[in-house]
Amino acid sequence: MLRNLLIGLVLAGFVFIFYNLYTTYEPKTELTGIAAHYAENGALEVGAANLVTAVVVTYRGFDTLGEITILFLTASIIAFFLKLNKEDEDKIIIHRGTSELLITASQILIPMIMLFGAYVFMNGHLTPGGGFQGGAIIASAVALSIMANPNRQINHNVIIWVESISGVSFVLLGVLGIFLAGGFLDNKIIGLGEFGTLFSAGAIPIIYSFVGLKVGAEISNILNKYQKSQKES
Amino acid sequence: MNNETVYVAIAIGIGVLSLILAFIAVQNEKLSVSVIAAGVVSLFASVLFLLMAAPDVAMTEAAIGSGLSTLIFFYVLNKIKRHNA
Repeated sequence: MLRNLLIGLVLAGFVFIFYNLYTTYEPKTELTGIAAHYAENGALEVGAANLVTAVVVTYRGFDTLGEITILFLTASIIAFFLKLNKEDEDKIIIHRGTSELLITASQILIPMIMLFGAYVFMNGHLTPGGGFQGGAIIASAVALSIMANPNRQINHNVIIWVESISGVSFVLLGVLGIFLAGGFLDNKIIGLGEFGTLFSAGAIPIIYSFVGLKVGAEISNILNKYQKSQKES
Repeated sequence: MNNETVYVAIAIGIGVLSLILAFIAVQNEKLSVSVIAAGVVSLFASVLFLLMAAPDVAMTEAAIGSGLSTLIFFYVLNKIKRHNA
């Protein structure tokens, strides 16, 4: 009884807050403050056709570094709690047999999904998407390959090295920005190039490719850990 | 019927469908049904993001929300079942 009363009180509180928000809300008809600055000068200052990428990688690049660190921490915590021993790493999972449809389809789809993921993060400064999206798409290709062939051994060292090298390169490129350009993660360390082409927007394609590789490697690592931790089914 | 009306109609339809599926996800007795319903809610959400002109958010939602997290939920469910049996 008391529990329901408290739940009701909390809900009433939410209704009160959101009703006030709803009645006083006025949609903005034009950009204000820093958003207007980004929209007006973004193309000129950063040279990226995709304004979201300009904000994520350059103006708010430090946040992106933090997000990548959070993802790394998540992968580490999962690896810590799953506690795989040597036996788990090497064991063969006896599975009920994978569907023939899934195996055949995965052989065609995996290279295409991988290619699409690479396309998304390499063209992050031109088309929607970027490092995080591309990395997630690559990881879903890895997930498909794990499902189609549960006993596939994914080379652990390759994942670790790709992840470490991408992370270190990302930070090094950022530090290079302090010496060669305006500040940490400034993209003008190489020429801005012609607006709207693949080799434009300075270091953004390079940085986003490293971000994509790092995210893809981390999520693949998490999936691989979960797959290895399964008992035979 | 102009384009905007069609978009609003699709958005309302998807919204109602995802509400129903979210209700199923909370109420269903079988955990596997709940996980799949939650995954489909994410899929509908990604279509909504696409309609609201945010293709990058839609990509993330489709890949992580409905793909990878559903898979990880199933891995964990499988592990818990083995552990309890």
